[in-house]
Amino acid sequence: MAIFEFNDILETVEMIRDENLDIRTITMGISLFDCVSDDEKILCGRIYDKICKKAENLVSCGDSIEKRYGIPIINKRVSVTPISLVAGAIPAKGYVNIAKALDKAASTLGIDFIGGFGALVQKGMSDSAAKLISVIPEALAETNLVCSSVNVASTKAGINMDAILEMGSVIKRTAHLTRDKDCIGCAKLVVFANVPEDNPFMAGAFHGMGEAETVINVGVSGPGVVAGAIKKAGGCSLLELAEIVKKTAFKITRMGQLVAREASDKLNVPFGIVDLSLAPTPAVGDSVARILETMGLERCGGCGTTAALALLNDAVKKGGVMASSSVGGLSGAFIPVSEDAGMIEAVRMGALSLEKLEAMTAVCSVGLDMIAIPGDTSVDIICGLIADEISIGVANTKTTAVRVIPVIGKNVGDEVEFGGLLGSAPIMPISTYSPHDFISRGGRIPAPIHSLKN
Amino acid sequence: MKAVITVTGKDNIGIIAAVSSECANYGVNISDISQSVLKDYFAMIMIANIDSITIDFGEFVDKMKALGQKRCLDIHTMHEDIFNSMHRI
Repeated sequence: MAIFEFNDILETVEMIRDENLDIRTITMGISLFDCVSDDEKILCGRIYDKICKKAENLVSCGDSIEKRYGIPIINKRVSVTPISLVAGAIPAKGYVNIAKALDKAASTLGIDFIGGFGALVQKGMSDSAAKLISVIPEALAETNLVCSSVNVASTKAGINMDAILEMGSVIKRTAHLTRDKDCIGCAKLVVFANVPEDNPFMAGAFHGMGEAETVINVGVSGPGVVAGAIKKAGGCSLLELAEIVKKTAFKITRMGQLVAREASDKLNVPFGIVDLSLAPTPAVGDSVARILETMGLERCGGCGTTAALALLNDAVKKGGVMASSSVGGLSGAFIPVSEDAGMIEAVRMGALSLEKLEAMTAVCSVGLDMIAIPGDTSVDIICGLIADEISIGVANTKTTAVRVIPVIGKNVGDEVEFGGLLGSAPIMPISTYSPHDFISRGGRIPAPIHSLKN
Repeated sequence: MKAVITVTGKDNIGIIAAVSSECANYGVNISDISQSVLKDYFAMIMIANIDSITIDFGEFVDKMKALGQKRCLDIHTMHEDIFNSMHRI
Protein backbone atom coordinates (compact mmCIF):
# COMPACT_ATOMS: atom_id res chain seq x y z
CA MET A 1 0.00 0.00 0.00
CA ALA A 2 1.49 3.22 -1.08
CA ILE A 3 -0.61 5.53 1.04
CA PHE A 4 -1.47 3.51 4.10
CA GLU A 5 0.21 0.61 5.78
CA PHE A 6 -1.69 -2.62 5.20
CA ASN A 7 -1.48 -3.42 8.92
CA ASP A 8 -2.80 -0.02 9.97
CA ILE A 9 -5.90 -0.51 7.85
CA LEU A 10 -6.47 -4.00 9.20
CA GLU A 11 -5.93 -2.78 12.76
CA THR A 12 -8.57 -0.09 12.42
CA VAL A 13 -11.08 -2.44 10.80
CA GLU A 14 -10.44 -5.07 13.48
CA MET A 15 -10.91 -2.50 16.26
CA ILE A 16 -14.32 -1.56 14.91
CA ARG A 17 -15.54 -4.96 13.78
CA ASP A 18 -14.19 -7.28 16.45
CA GLU A 19 -13.32 -5.13 19.45
CA ASN A 20 -16.41 -2.91 19.72
CA LEU A 21 -14.59 0.36 19.11
CA ASP A 22 -17.17 3.08 18.90
CA ILE A 23 -17.94 6.69 19.53
CA ARG A 24 -20.13 6.40 22.60
CA THR A 25 -21.75 9.76 22.21
CA ILE A 26 -21.87 13.05 20.40
CA THR A 27 -23.31 15.43 22.97
CA MET A 28 -24.42 18.93 22.08
CA GLY A 29 -24.31 21.38 24.96
CA ILE A 30 -26.92 24.13 24.75
CA SER A 31 -27.14 27.20 26.97
CA LEU A 32 -30.63 27.96 28.23
CA PHE A 33 -29.87 31.29 29.88
CA ASP A 34 -31.87 33.24 27.31
CA CYS A 35 -34.97 31.14 28.00
CA VAL A 36 -35.51 32.60 31.47
CA SER A 37 -39.05 33.66 32.32
CA ASP A 38 -41.26 33.84 35.39
CA ASP A 39 -44.09 32.38 33.37
CA GLU A 40 -43.92 28.60 33.42
CA LYS A 41 -45.53 28.12 30.01
CA ILE A 42 -43.27 30.64 28.32
CA LEU A 43 -40.19 29.14 29.99
CA CYS A 44 -41.07 25.57 28.94
CA GLY A 45 -41.92 26.74 25.42
CA ARG A 46 -38.66 28.61 25.03
CA ILE A 47 -36.63 25.68 26.32
CA TYR A 48 -38.37 23.24 23.98
CA ASP A 49 -38.02 25.53 20.97
CA LYS A 50 -34.40 26.37 21.60
CA ILE A 51 -33.28 22.77 22.01
CA CYS A 52 -35.24 21.64 18.95
CA LYS A 53 -33.78 24.46 16.87
CA LYS A 54 -30.16 24.17 17.95
CA ALA A 55 -29.98 20.38 17.80
CA GLU A 56 -32.29 19.80 14.85
CA ASN A 57 -29.53 18.29 12.71
CA LEU A 58 -27.66 16.47 15.48
CA VAL A 59 -29.01 13.00 14.75
CA SER A 60 -28.69 13.20 10.96
CA CYS A 61 -25.19 14.63 11.33
CA GLY A 62 -24.19 11.76 13.63
CA ASP A 63 -25.62 9.25 11.17
CA SER A 64 -23.74 10.73 8.23
CA ILE A 65 -20.42 10.73 10.11
CA GLU A 66 -21.05 7.15 11.10
CA LYS A 67 -21.43 6.24 7.43
CA ARG A 68 -18.46 8.25 6.24
CA TYR A 69 -15.95 6.70 8.59
CA GLY A 70 -17.58 3.35 9.17
CA ILE A 71 -17.40 3.96 12.91
CA PRO A 72 -20.49 3.30 15.03
CA ILE A 73 -21.82 6.32 16.91
CA ILE A 74 -23.94 4.79 19.63
CA ASN A 75 -25.72 7.78 21.16
CA LYS A 76 -26.59 11.33 20.26
CA ARG A 77 -27.35 13.43 23.30
CA VAL A 78 -28.04 16.95 24.44
CA SER A 79 -26.90 18.61 27.64
CA VAL A 80 -28.35 21.89 28.86
CA THR A 81 -27.66 24.55 31.45
CA PRO A 82 -28.58 23.21 34.91
CA ILE A 83 -32.30 23.84 35.14
CA SER A 84 -31.98 25.27 38.66
CA LEU A 85 -30.15 28.23 37.10
CA VAL A 86 -32.92 29.17 34.70
CA ALA A 87 -36.12 28.22 36.52
CA GLY A 88 -35.76 30.13 39.80
CA ALA A 89 -38.77 32.36 39.23
CA ILE A 90 -41.40 29.62 38.95
CA PRO A 91 -42.87 27.36 41.66
CA ALA A 92 -41.49 23.87 42.35
CA LYS A 93 -44.38 22.12 40.60
CA GLY A 94 -43.41 23.84 37.37
CA TYR A 95 -39.97 22.20 37.41
CA VAL A 96 -41.58 18.86 36.56
CA ASN A 97 -43.12 20.47 33.49
CA ILE A 98 -39.67 21.69 32.45
CA ALA A 99 -38.44 18.10 32.71
CA LYS A 100 -41.36 17.11 30.49
CA ALA A 101 -40.45 19.83 27.99
CA LEU A 102 -36.88 18.49 27.93
CA ASP A 103 -38.21 14.97 27.41
CA LYS A 104 -40.48 16.10 24.61
CA ALA A 105 -37.61 17.93 22.91
CA ALA A 106 -35.47 14.79 23.18
CA SER A 107 -38.22 12.68 21.58
CA THR A 108 -38.77 15.21 18.82
CA LEU A 109 -35.07 15.24 18.00
CA GLY A 110 -34.75 11.44 18.19
CA ILE A 111 -31.81 11.65 20.59
CA ASP A 112 -31.03 9.05 23.25
CA PHE A 113 -30.75 11.17 26.42
CA ILE A 114 -30.96 14.75 27.58
CA GLY A 115 -29.01 15.86 30.65
CA GLY A 116 -29.06 18.96 32.79
CA PHE A 117 -32.03 18.60 35.10
CA GLY A 118 -29.72 19.45 37.93
CA ALA A 119 -28.24 21.81 40.44
CA LEU A 120 -24.88 22.84 41.89
CA VAL A 121 -25.11 22.98 45.67
CA GLN A 122 -21.57 22.27 46.86
CA LYS A 123 -21.47 25.23 49.20
CA GLY A 124 -25.09 26.00 49.83
CA MET A 125 -28.52 25.53 48.37
CA SER A 126 -30.38 28.33 46.61
CA ASP A 127 -34.17 28.30 46.70
CA SER A 128 -34.21 27.29 43.06
CA ALA A 129 -31.85 24.36 43.67
CA ALA A 130 -33.98 23.27 46.64
CA LYS A 131 -37.11 23.37 44.50
CA LEU A 132 -35.45 21.38 41.74
CA ILE A 133 -34.06 18.73 44.09
CA SER A 134 -37.43 18.32 45.77
CA VAL A 135 -39.08 17.28 42.48
CA ILE A 136 -36.31 15.14 40.96
CA PRO A 137 -38.20 11.90 41.77
CA GLU A 138 -41.36 13.08 40.02
CA ALA A 139 -39.38 14.50 37.10
CA LEU A 140 -37.54 11.22 36.54
CA ALA A 141 -40.66 9.13 37.02
CA GLU A 142 -42.68 11.12 34.52
CA THR A 143 -40.06 11.32 31.76
CA ASN A 144 -38.08 8.76 29.80
CA LEU A 145 -34.96 10.43 28.49
CA VAL A 146 -34.19 13.10 31.09
CA CYS A 147 -31.10 12.67 33.27
CA SER A 148 -30.45 14.50 36.51
CA SER A 149 -27.28 15.35 38.41
CA VAL A 150 -26.54 17.27 41.57
CA ASN A 151 -23.08 18.43 42.61
CA VAL A 152 -22.92 18.29 46.40
CA ALA A 153 -19.24 18.92 47.03
CA SER A 154 -16.02 20.35 45.68
CA THR A 155 -12.43 20.45 46.85
CA LYS A 156 -12.72 24.23 47.21
CA ALA A 157 -16.06 24.35 49.02
CA GLY A 158 -16.07 21.13 51.00
CA ILE A 159 -19.01 18.76 51.30
CA ASN A 160 -22.57 19.99 51.71
CA MET A 161 -23.92 17.34 54.05
CA ASP A 162 -27.39 18.91 54.11
CA ALA A 163 -27.53 18.37 50.36
CA ILE A 164 -26.37 14.77 50.76
CA LEU A 165 -29.09 14.20 53.34
CA GLU A 166 -31.56 15.56 50.83
CA MET A 167 -30.19 13.40 48.01
CA GLY A 168 -30.42 10.22 50.11
CA SER A 169 -34.18 10.62 50.36
CA VAL A 170 -34.46 11.80 46.74
CA ILE A 171 -32.84 8.53 45.64
CA LYS A 172 -35.22 6.51 47.81
CA ARG A 173 -38.26 8.39 46.52
CA THR A 174 -37.09 8.05 42.93
CA ALA A 175 -36.76 4.30 43.45
CA HIS A 176 -40.24 4.21 44.95
CA LEU A 177 -41.85 6.17 42.11
CA THR A 178 -40.21 4.00 39.45
CA ARG A 179 -40.63 0.70 41.33
CA ASP A 180 -42.71 -0.74 38.48
CA LYS A 181 -39.71 -0.40 36.17
CA ASP A 182 -37.06 -1.87 38.48
CA CYS A 183 -36.42 1.57 39.99
CA ILE A 184 -34.84 2.75 36.74
CA GLY A 185 -35.25 6.41 37.73
CA CYS A 186 -32.19 6.02 39.96
CA ALA A 187 -30.11 4.97 36.94
CA LYS A 188 -30.69 8.47 35.56
CA LEU A 189 -29.70 10.30 38.74
CA VAL A 190 -26.15 10.96 39.85
CA VAL A 191 -24.66 12.75 42.85
CA PHE A 192 -21.30 14.40 42.16
CA ALA A 193 -18.23 15.88 43.79
CA ASN A 194 -16.09 18.18 41.61
CA VAL A 195 -18.43 17.75 38.67
CA PRO A 196 -16.92 18.56 35.24
CA GLU A 197 -18.93 21.09 33.25
CA ASP A 198 -18.23 19.61 29.83
CA ASN A 199 -18.91 15.93 30.41
CA PRO A 200 -20.69 14.30 27.44
CA PHE A 201 -21.58 11.12 29.36
CA MET A 202 -24.88 10.47 31.10
CA ALA A 203 -26.35 10.67 33.61
CA GLY A 204 -24.02 13.50 34.63
CA ALA A 205 -23.89 15.64 31.49
CA PHE A 206 -24.86 19.28 31.71
CA HIS A 207 -23.84 22.47 29.94
CA GLY A 208 -21.63 24.41 32.35
CA MET A 209 -21.84 28.10 33.14
CA GLY A 210 -18.51 28.92 31.53
CA GLU A 211 -19.34 27.21 28.26
CA ALA A 212 -20.16 28.79 24.90
CA GLU A 213 -23.75 29.21 23.66
CA THR A 214 -23.61 25.76 22.04
CA VAL A 215 -20.79 23.25 21.95
CA ILE A 216 -20.04 19.77 20.67
CA ASN A 217 -18.45 17.28 23.07
CA VAL A 218 -17.59 13.75 22.07
CA GLY A 219 -17.15 10.70 24.27
CA VAL A 220 -15.10 7.84 22.89
CA SER A 221 -15.11 4.30 24.14
CA GLY A 222 -13.12 1.16 23.47
CA PRO A 223 -12.36 -1.15 26.40
CA GLY A 224 -12.28 -4.07 23.95
CA VAL A 225 -9.54 -2.43 21.90
CA VAL A 226 -7.35 -1.89 24.97
CA ALA A 227 -7.94 -5.46 26.14
CA GLY A 228 -7.09 -6.71 22.64
CA ALA A 229 -3.83 -4.75 22.53
CA ILE A 230 -2.78 -6.02 25.97
CA LYS A 231 -3.57 -9.57 24.97
CA LYS A 232 -1.42 -9.30 21.86
CA ALA A 233 1.48 -7.92 23.92
CA GLY A 234 1.73 -11.12 25.95
CA GLY A 235 3.88 -11.22 29.09
CA CYS A 236 5.57 -7.81 28.90
CA SER A 237 6.57 -5.70 31.91
CA LEU A 238 4.17 -3.17 33.44
CA LEU A 239 6.15 -0.30 31.99
CA GLU A 240 5.72 -1.75 28.51
CA LEU A 241 2.09 -2.46 29.28
CA ALA A 242 1.52 1.20 30.13
CA GLU A 243 3.11 2.16 26.81
CA ILE A 244 0.76 -0.15 24.91
CA VAL A 245 -2.29 1.32 26.66
CA LYS A 246 -1.03 4.83 25.93
CA LYS A 247 -0.59 4.12 22.22
CA THR A 248 -4.01 2.50 21.99
CA ALA A 249 -5.68 5.37 23.85
CA PHE A 250 -3.96 7.75 21.46
CA LYS A 251 -5.47 6.05 18.44
CA ILE A 252 -8.94 5.86 19.96
CA THR A 253 -8.86 9.50 20.94
CA ARG A 254 -7.65 10.59 17.51
CA MET A 255 -10.77 9.02 16.11
CA GLY A 256 -12.85 10.91 18.67
CA GLN A 257 -11.13 14.13 17.71
CA LEU A 258 -11.85 13.49 14.03
CA VAL A 259 -15.53 12.88 14.72
CA ALA A 260 -15.77 15.90 17.04
CA ARG A 261 -14.19 18.20 14.45
CA GLU A 262 -16.39 16.89 11.69
CA ALA A 263 -19.56 17.23 13.78
CA SER A 264 -18.51 20.70 14.84
CA ASP A 265 -17.97 21.77 11.20
CA LYS A 266 -21.16 20.20 9.90
CA LEU A 267 -23.33 21.64 12.65
CA ASN A 268 -21.49 24.93 12.74
CA VAL A 269 -21.11 24.62 16.50
CA PRO A 270 -17.77 25.09 18.30
CA PHE A 271 -15.84 21.96 19.24
CA GLY A 272 -15.61 21.57 23.00
CA ILE A 273 -13.75 18.54 24.21
CA VAL A 274 -13.08 14.88 23.58
CA ASP A 275 -13.74 12.76 26.64
CA LEU A 276 -11.42 9.80 26.30
CA SER A 277 -13.11 7.46 28.68
CA LEU A 278 -13.07 3.71 28.53
CA ALA A 279 -16.82 3.26 28.83
CA PRO A 280 -17.93 -0.35 28.97
CA THR A 281 -21.19 -1.79 27.68
CA PRO A 282 -22.85 -5.04 28.69
CA ALA A 283 -21.71 -6.55 25.35
CA VAL A 284 -19.15 -9.34 25.57
CA GLY A 285 -15.67 -7.95 24.89
CA ASP A 286 -16.54 -4.39 25.89
CA SER A 287 -15.57 -4.59 29.54
CA VAL A 288 -13.12 -2.66 31.73
CA ALA A 289 -13.04 -5.58 34.18
CA ARG A 290 -11.78 -7.79 31.37
CA ILE A 291 -8.92 -5.36 30.69
CA LEU A 292 -7.82 -5.71 34.31
CA GLU A 293 -8.08 -9.47 34.02
CA THR A 294 -6.12 -9.45 30.76
CA MET A 295 -3.44 -7.52 32.63
CA GLY A 296 -3.04 -10.54 34.86
CA LEU A 297 -5.63 -10.51 37.64
CA GLU A 298 -7.47 -13.76 38.24
CA ARG A 299 -10.64 -11.78 38.76
CA CYS A 300 -11.56 -8.11 38.91
CA GLY A 301 -12.05 -7.19 42.56
CA GLY A 302 -9.21 -9.24 43.99
CA CYS A 303 -6.04 -7.78 45.51
CA GLY A 304 -4.09 -5.92 42.85
CA THR A 305 -7.23 -4.53 41.21
CA THR A 306 -6.73 -0.97 42.43
CA ALA A 307 -3.11 -0.94 41.26
CA ALA A 308 -4.02 -2.31 37.83
CA LEU A 309 -6.82 0.22 37.47
CA ALA A 310 -4.51 3.08 38.51
CA LEU A 311 -2.04 2.08 35.79
CA LEU A 312 -4.80 1.77 33.22
CA ASN A 313 -6.45 5.07 34.07
CA ASP A 314 -3.20 7.00 34.02
CA ALA A 315 -2.02 5.49 30.74
CA VAL A 316 -5.38 6.21 29.08
CA LYS A 317 -5.11 9.87 30.08
CA LYS A 318 -1.50 10.17 28.94
CA GLY A 319 -2.23 8.62 25.56
CA GLY A 320 -5.36 10.63 25.02
CA VAL A 321 -4.03 14.03 25.99
CA MET A 322 -1.68 14.24 23.05
CA ALA A 323 -4.26 12.98 20.60
CA SER A 324 -6.76 15.78 21.02
CA SER A 325 -6.45 19.54 21.05
CA SER A 326 -8.86 19.64 23.95
CA VAL A 327 -9.47 16.83 26.39
CA GLY A 328 -12.04 17.18 29.13
CA GLY A 329 -15.08 15.64 30.76
CA LEU A 330 -14.36 12.63 32.90
CA SER A 331 -11.52 11.12 30.83
CA GLY A 332 -10.36 7.82 32.31
CA ALA A 333 -11.79 4.39 32.98
CA PHE A 334 -15.42 3.90 33.98
CA ILE A 335 -16.38 1.13 36.35
CA PRO A 336 -20.17 0.92 36.26
CA VAL A 337 -21.20 -2.47 37.56
CA SER A 338 -24.40 -3.13 35.60
CA GLU A 339 -22.93 -1.92 32.31
CA ASP A 340 -19.86 -4.15 32.36
CA ALA A 341 -20.14 -7.91 31.74
CA GLY A 342 -16.88 -8.59 33.62
CA MET A 343 -17.93 -6.54 36.66
CA ILE A 344 -21.32 -8.28 36.77
CA GLU A 345 -19.62 -11.67 36.73
CA ALA A 346 -17.11 -10.62 39.41
CA VAL A 347 -19.94 -9.43 41.68
CA ARG A 348 -21.95 -12.59 41.06
CA MET A 349 -19.10 -14.81 42.15
CA GLY A 350 -18.30 -12.67 45.19
CA ALA A 351 -14.93 -11.42 43.90
CA LEU A 352 -15.93 -7.76 43.75
CA SER A 353 -17.41 -5.99 46.77
CA LEU A 354 -18.82 -2.53 47.29
CA GLU A 355 -15.84 -1.67 49.49
CA LYS A 356 -13.38 -2.66 46.76
CA LEU A 357 -15.33 -0.62 44.23
CA GLU A 358 -15.02 2.37 46.54
CA ALA A 359 -11.26 1.88 46.72
CA MET A 360 -11.10 1.62 42.93
CA THR A 361 -12.86 4.95 42.54
CA ALA A 362 -9.92 6.64 44.25
CA VAL A 363 -7.81 5.99 41.17
CA CYS A 364 -10.24 6.00 38.25
CA SER A 365 -12.35 8.62 36.61
CA VAL A 366 -15.77 8.24 38.16
CA GLY A 367 -17.30 6.73 41.27
CA LEU A 368 -19.75 4.17 42.57
CA ASP A 369 -21.65 3.74 39.35
CA MET A 370 -24.74 1.71 38.51
CA ILE A 371 -24.69 -0.26 41.71
CA ALA A 372 -27.85 -2.05 42.78
CA ILE A 373 -28.40 -2.41 46.53
CA PRO A 374 -31.26 -3.94 48.55
CA GLY A 375 -34.48 -1.96 48.26
CA ASP A 376 -34.89 -1.75 52.03
CA THR A 377 -31.56 0.08 52.53
CA SER A 378 -32.26 3.07 54.78
CA VAL A 379 -31.86 6.69 53.71
CA ASP A 380 -29.13 7.11 56.35
CA ILE A 381 -27.05 4.34 54.90
CA ILE A 382 -27.44 5.70 51.36
CA CYS A 383 -26.35 9.12 52.66
CA GLY A 384 -23.35 7.53 54.37
CA LEU A 385 -22.42 5.76 51.14
CA ILE A 386 -22.66 9.02 49.20
CA ALA A 387 -20.65 10.91 51.84
CA ASP A 388 -17.86 8.30 51.76
CA GLU A 389 -17.57 8.37 47.99
CA ILE A 390 -17.79 12.15 47.76
CA SER A 391 -15.02 12.48 50.39
CA ILE A 392 -12.68 10.49 48.15
CA GLY A 393 -13.24 13.00 45.36
CA VAL A 394 -12.92 16.06 47.58
CA ALA A 395 -9.77 14.87 49.33
CA ASN A 396 -8.11 13.80 46.08
CA THR A 397 -9.16 16.80 43.99
CA LYS A 398 -10.93 14.60 41.50
CA THR A 399 -14.42 13.91 40.25
CA THR A 400 -16.34 11.19 42.03
CA ALA A 401 -19.99 10.33 41.79
CA VAL A 402 -22.64 8.00 43.11
CA ARG A 403 -25.30 6.39 40.97
CA VAL A 404 -26.88 3.82 43.20
CA ILE A 405 -30.17 1.98 42.78
CA PRO A 406 -32.01 0.69 45.84
CA VAL A 407 -34.15 -1.88 44.04
CA ILE A 408 -37.45 -2.12 45.83
CA GLY A 409 -38.57 -5.68 46.53
CA LYS A 410 -35.15 -7.16 45.80
CA ASN A 411 -32.41 -8.36 48.07
CA VAL A 412 -28.87 -9.69 47.95
CA GLY A 413 -28.81 -12.67 45.59
CA ASP A 414 -31.45 -11.19 43.29
CA GLU A 415 -30.69 -9.49 40.01
CA VAL A 416 -32.20 -6.55 38.21
CA GLU A 417 -32.43 -6.02 34.46
CA PHE A 418 -32.43 -2.46 33.12
CA GLY A 419 -31.86 -3.32 29.47
CA GLY A 420 -29.90 -1.55 26.73
CA LEU A 421 -26.70 0.24 27.67
CA LEU A 422 -27.72 0.21 31.34
CA GLY A 423 -27.41 -3.59 31.48
CA SER A 424 -28.26 -5.75 34.47
CA ALA A 425 -26.95 -5.94 38.02
CA PRO A 426 -26.79 -8.35 40.91
CA ILE A 427 -27.97 -6.72 44.16
CA MET A 428 -24.84 -6.05 46.22
CA PRO A 429 -24.60 -6.38 49.98
CA ILE A 430 -24.07 -3.12 51.88
CA SER A 431 -23.10 -2.62 55.54
CA THR A 432 -26.22 -2.18 57.65
CA TYR A 433 -24.56 -0.37 60.56
CA SER A 434 -26.19 3.05 60.78
CA PRO A 435 -24.35 6.36 60.29
CA HIS A 436 -27.54 8.16 61.40
CA ASP A 437 -26.13 10.32 64.18
CA PHE A 438 -23.18 11.44 62.06
CA ILE A 439 -25.20 12.18 58.93
CA SER A 440 -28.01 13.99 60.72
CA ARG A 441 -25.63 16.53 62.25
CA GLY A 442 -25.97 18.30 58.90
CA GLY A 443 -23.92 21.34 57.93
CA ARG A 444 -20.80 21.20 55.81
CA ILE A 445 -17.59 19.22 55.96
CA PRO A 446 -14.91 21.88 55.44
CA ALA A 447 -12.73 21.95 52.35
CA PRO A 448 -9.55 19.92 52.82
CA ILE A 449 -6.14 21.47 53.33
CA HIS A 450 -3.77 21.16 50.41
CA SER A 451 -0.44 21.33 52.06
CA LEU A 452 0.97 18.94 54.69
CA LYS A 453 0.07 16.14 52.25
CA ASN A 454 0.36 12.66 53.65
CA MET B 1 -10.22 12.39 -1.40
CA LYS B 2 -9.83 8.68 -1.00
CA ALA B 3 -11.81 5.81 0.39
CA VAL B 4 -10.47 2.57 1.79
CA ILE B 5 -12.48 -0.50 0.88
CA THR B 6 -11.75 -3.73 2.75
CA VAL B 7 -13.22 -6.98 1.51
CA THR B 8 -12.96 -10.22 3.47
CA GLY B 9 -14.71 -13.56 3.31
CA LYS B 10 -14.73 -16.96 1.64
CA ASP B 11 -12.99 -16.92 -1.72
CA ASN B 12 -15.11 -17.24 -4.84
CA ILE B 13 -14.82 -16.40 -8.52
CA GLY B 14 -15.16 -12.79 -9.59
CA ILE B 15 -14.89 -10.88 -6.30
CA ILE B 16 -12.50 -8.26 -7.66
CA ALA B 17 -14.56 -7.91 -10.83
CA ALA B 18 -17.76 -7.39 -8.85
CA VAL B 19 -16.25 -4.88 -6.44
CA SER B 20 -14.46 -2.90 -9.13
CA SER B 21 -17.44 -2.75 -11.47
CA GLU B 22 -19.58 -1.48 -8.60
CA CYS B 23 -16.93 1.21 -8.01
CA ALA B 24 -16.96 2.09 -11.72
CA ASN B 25 -20.77 2.37 -11.68
CA TYR B 26 -20.52 5.25 -9.26
CA GLY B 27 -17.45 7.04 -10.61
CA VAL B 28 -15.08 5.67 -7.97
CA ASN B 29 -11.59 5.21 -9.40
CA ILE B 30 -9.42 2.46 -7.95
CA SER B 31 -5.85 3.58 -7.35
CA ASP B 32 -4.35 0.67 -5.44
CA ILE B 33 -5.24 -2.93 -4.64
CA SER B 34 -3.61 -5.34 -2.24
CA GLN B 35 -5.12 -8.78 -2.16
CA SER B 36 -4.32 -12.26 -0.91
CA VAL B 37 -5.99 -15.62 -0.40
CA LEU B 38 -5.00 -17.68 2.61
CA LYS B 39 -6.48 -21.17 2.43
CA ASP B 40 -10.03 -20.31 1.37
CA TYR B 41 -10.07 -16.91 3.02
CA PHE B 42 -10.07 -13.91 0.71
CA ALA B 43 -8.76 -10.53 1.92
CA MET B 44 -8.46 -7.39 -0.14
CA ILE B 45 -7.78 -3.75 0.57
CA MET B 46 -8.55 -1.21 -2.12
CA ILE B 47 -7.68 2.45 -2.12
CA ALA B 48 -10.03 4.38 -4.38
CA ASN B 49 -10.33 7.99 -5.42
CA ILE B 50 -13.79 9.41 -4.71
CA ASP B 51 -13.35 12.89 -6.20
CA SER B 52 -15.66 12.06 -9.10
CA ILE B 53 -18.15 9.96 -7.16
CA THR B 54 -21.64 10.29 -8.64
CA ILE B 55 -23.68 9.54 -5.51
CA ASP B 56 -23.51 10.54 -1.85
CA PHE B 57 -20.61 8.79 -0.13
CA GLY B 58 -22.95 7.38 2.52
CA GLU B 59 -25.07 5.80 -0.21
CA PHE B 60 -21.96 4.32 -1.79
CA VAL B 61 -21.06 2.77 1.57
CA ASP B 62 -24.52 1.13 1.64
CA LYS B 63 -24.22 -0.10 -1.96
CA MET B 64 -20.88 -1.76 -1.21
CA LYS B 65 -22.24 -3.31 1.97
CA ALA B 66 -25.22 -4.69 0.06
CA LEU B 67 -22.90 -6.12 -2.57
CA GLY B 68 -20.96 -7.83 0.21
CA GLN B 69 -24.10 -9.33 1.69
CA LYS B 70 -25.16 -10.63 -1.72
CA ARG B 71 -21.84 -12.42 -2.19
CA CYS B 72 -21.37 -13.52 1.44
CA LEU B 73 -18.48 -11.11 1.94
CA ASP B 74 -17.75 -8.47 4.53
CA ILE B 75 -17.19 -5.15 2.74
CA HIS B 76 -16.26 -2.04 4.71
CA THR B 77 -15.91 1.31 2.99
CA MET B 78 -14.35 4.09 5.01
CA HIS B 79 -13.13 7.58 4.31
CA GLU B 80 -9.32 7.91 4.37
CA ASP B 81 -9.39 10.52 7.15
CA ILE B 82 -10.01 7.92 9.83
CA PHE B 83 -6.73 6.19 8.97
CA ASN B 84 -4.87 9.48 8.69
CA SER B 85 -6.14 10.42 12.12
CA MET B 86 -5.44 7.17 13.87
CA HIS B 87 -2.10 6.27 12.40
CA ARG B 88 -0.37 9.55 11.60
CA ILE B 89 0.73 12.27 13.95
